[in-house]
Formats: sequence, structure tokens, C-alpha cells
Amino acid sequence: MASHRDLPVGLVNHLFRNTGNSSFTEFVSSYAPELLPQRDEVLATPIGDQVPHATTIVAATFAGGVIMAGDRRATSGNIISQRDVEKVFRADDYSCMGIAGTASTGLEFARLYRVELEHYEKLEGRTMSVAGKANRLATMIRGNLAMAMQGLVVVPLFAAYDPDKDEGRIFSYDVAGGPYERERFDAIGSGSIFARGSLKKLYRDGASSDDMVMTLIQALYDAADDDSATGGPDVSRKIWPIVTVIDADGFRRLTDEQVSSYVEQMLEARLISPDGPIAPLR
Amino acid sequence: MSMPFGYASPEQIMRDKADYARKGIARGRSVVVLQYVDGILFVAPNPSRALHKISEIYDRIGFAAVGRYNEFEELRLGGIRYADINGYTYDRSDVTGRGLANLYASNLGRIFTESIKSLEVEVVVAEVGETKDGDAIYRLTFDGSVFDEHGFAAMGGQAEAVSSRLKEHYRESMSLADALEVALTALTEPGGERPPVAQLEVAVLDRNREHRKFLRLTGARLERLLAQTTTPPASEPTPPAGEGKDTPPPTGPDGDVDDGSSPL
Repeated sequence: MASHRDLPVGLVNHLFRNTGNSSFTEFVSSYAPELLPQRDEVLATPIGDQVPHATTIVAATFAGGVIMAGDRRATSGNIISQRDVEKVFRADDYSCMGIAGTASTGLEFARLYRVELEHYEKLEGRTMSVAGKANRLATMIRGNLAMAMQGLVVVPLFAAYDPDKDEGRIFSYDVAGGPYERERFDAIGSGSIFARGSLKKLYRDGASSDDMVMTLIQALYDAADDDSATGGPDVSRKIWPIVTVIDADGFRRLTDEQVSSYVEQMLEARLISPDGPIAPLR
Repeated sequence: MSMPFGYASPEQIMRDKADYARKGIARGRSVVVLQYVDGILFVAPNPSRALHKISEIYDRIGFAAVGRYNEFEELRLGGIRYADINGYTYDRSDVTGRGLANLYASNLGRIFTESIKSLEVEVVVAEVGETKDGDAIYRLTFDGSVFDEHGFAAMGGQAEAVSSRLKEHYRESMSLADALEVALTALTEPGGERPPVAQLEVAVLDRNREHRKFLRLTGARLERLLAQTTTPPASEPTPPAGEGKDTPPPTGPDGDVDDGSSPL
């Protein structure tokens, strides 16, 4: 870093220099660019299969909020690299994000994104709008496109409570960015096809948060049922999916005891009907 | 030996700068920071709801300032950048109030010695710990001096008078309502009228909160809390600052500048 003698009088370092906007990422990119998850180097060989991957995340709205849930498995190729990985993160008091794809890059994104939202909030003295938060995440994902092309794909799912509309909102992304706002529900990751199919049949408009948690637990189980990279509830090790609820009261993560009671109910019913609840035909 | 034209001794220059800064700081209204049982309470009479004197810096760290608004705002923004970059580089628990106080001290000190005009600000950096022994209140003056305050700090306006009233009433491990009562007593001249609710900026660092400890107390929550204090504050807003009243510095947040944007 330049000595303070090179700076205008009174400035000890660049911390006191106005960067012109309230974005933490912008500030870091001028102050310490090596800290950002974006990398420009070209890898000699794609390493996508050798690093842990995070798998399935599901989210759905309910009356007055939104719920996001994720399984706990991380895989490297055909190996289960971690059984209790956490892939749903609190972004701020009224939003959360889940990540699928390269776990390490996803973790960095989640950490950066949280600071990004807080930084804006503290500098500006107000919370960023939900659309602003969704757009900001799109820019960050787009920055990773070069790495995604080499196998380090990260795709987030973003859910937030919108105080202006008093409802939950869900945004999804692709490797090039986004955001795509989703009505009602969405899923990402390797098991997302099965989870989405399950949600399509089980989702009910205006359901309570209690019912919607159950719906998402069912969807995750259906994903784990058909996708080898998605982990089901691990009864012997007591590893349960992560479930987070966001409503007017803010973000809260359900405790293991709460989630396990939902899971036990579901497993009991599946002993009788292994494919889960049956949606009415007409 | 003849002196070069316009020579002034370093002592004289420093004295002049210090006097200038002190005058500027004393023009505004006081701000009080004190410990209560669950953390640290900040109280500032501030008619503006948009231009804050109290702010969150990081999870456990809060900031309060008096003096010239644009100058302490610059310090506040720099502090947030410092905290966020350190928390992002290392871990959130690696951001400390002491580190921030040192950064401010070196910056204030450098400006005081190097530039023509020192900053007309006084700043408190407060950090809430896991227990009350972990709490810290650092008060920094315009020349970069740091004071490690125990229990409470007052700055700006009639700081000495406020501080002595605060010392008189302050007790350890007060409830939040009691602490607010003490702060308001300290901020009000004996026999004077307390500032109305709408002109109070109140925030806490509450160690029992999750994630971020800083919380602004506004609206109904603040009114409920004030109702618990022994002497209720004046409910009628005082008539607009008129003749005979001390006019605040033109750029200070004491003016009736309010762009209507929602407070945090």
C-alpha cells in the first residue's frame, strides 16, 4: 500500500477515501482486490469434479413470508465429502441465500454478500430494497462466469421478506447472473428437478409456515430419493436439513429439535406410503 | 536575528488549533454514552431524524459523535470500511473497538498536526462484550487523544456540566429505563425542560441480541421505555428554535434539516 505521504493531507490510508458508492465489493476491489472470490487466472485443467459440491436447496413462499431449506450433503464426484455441510446462509435480518455448486466459492460468496448488504445498510442508514439485494447478487455471480466456465460453478437461490408487499419473494440465478423472480417456489442444485416436481404437487397457496416447512422437507426427501448427490435426513447421526423461515419478525433458523419433529412425522408416514403424500387427481 | 515573515511558534499554532476545535465542538449539544446492565446506551438530543449522531459500526461496536457533521460522518464511514474489511479478511470476531479507536486516534492526530484546521469533532467508540467486564467505551478528542472511560462518557456542548451530573447519578448495572433516566437527567440543565421524544436519538448495544448487537430505539418502543422512567419527558415539542437560542453550527445535525427518509 502507498505510504500516507502520497495521500491527500490527513488521510492515513484509503479507508477514509470516498469510493463514490456504498458497495463493499467496489471498495474491496480497489483496496484489497485479492480478497474477492473472483479470480482471473485460467486453470490448466478443469477441477470441477475434484472439489466439493453443494447440492439441493428448495424455497417456497407461505402466507406472510418465505422458507428456505437445504440438505446437508457435499460431494466430490462420486465421493460424499461432507455429511453436515451448511448451505443456507442468513444474508441479513430479512433475507437468506442458499448455494449450489462449488462449495468453497459459494461459501465465499455468502460471506461477501452478507458484508455487502450490511455495509450498505450501515453507510446509508437504511436497508436495501429487495430488488436491490437481488440485483447485487446477480452482479456477483456474473463476476464468477469465467471460473464457472472452468467447472467452478456457483448458483445461488435468494429469498427475502419484502416489507412493502408483506410477502416472501424468491429469486433464482444461472451461471451468468440473473435475477429471475419466481412465483411460489423454486429449487436449485443436482436434486432440483425432483424437488421441483415434488413441490409442484404439494405446494398450496396461502399455506401456513408450519405446512410449508413440511412441504419443503417432503421435497428434499423426494430429491434425496432420486438424486445420489442429495442427502436425506441422517437419522443415526442426527443430521437434519437446515430450515430457515423469514417473515415480518425477521430471519430465524429452526432448531434441530424442531426440524427433527417434522422429519420424524414425514418418515413415519413414508413407512406406509414410501413415495410420500399423494396429490389428488382431480 | 530577524524572524521570517509570518512566523508563529509551534506552541502557538497548536494552541490556536486546539482552541478553534474546542469552540466548534462546544457549540453543539451534548451526547451521552453509558453502560447499563445488558450493554451500552447512547443518547443524543437530535432534532434531525436523517442525520445521525449515533451509528452502528460492526456487530459489537457502536459510534457516537459531536461536532461538525461532515467531518464525523467521514470518520464514521472510514470506521465502517475498516471494520467490514477486517471482518471479511479474518473473522467477524477479529474486529475490535480498540483497533477502531487506534485507527481514529492516528487519523485525528495526523490531521491535527498536519493540516491547517483540525477536525472539530469528538467521538466515542463503544464495544459491548459477553459480560459487563468486556464492555469498553473509548472517547477520542480532536487531537487524537484516547480516553478509556469507565461506565460513562459525555461530550460536546456543556460537556463538563453534563459529565458531572452523569457522575452524580450513574450507578453500575442499571436497567435500561434507569440508564435512560440518568442520561436524560444529565443532558438536562437543572430546572430545564427535557428534550421531547421526537428530538431524541437513542440506541443500544445489547449483548443479548443475536448477530448484530446494535439497535436503534425509535417510535413506540422508545415511548414505552420513556414511560418507565420516573420523570416523563415533555410530550409537547418545544417551539421552533427562535430568538435568543444558541444556533447550532451550520453543518451540524442540530439544524432542522430532514429529508424525510426513514430512519434505520
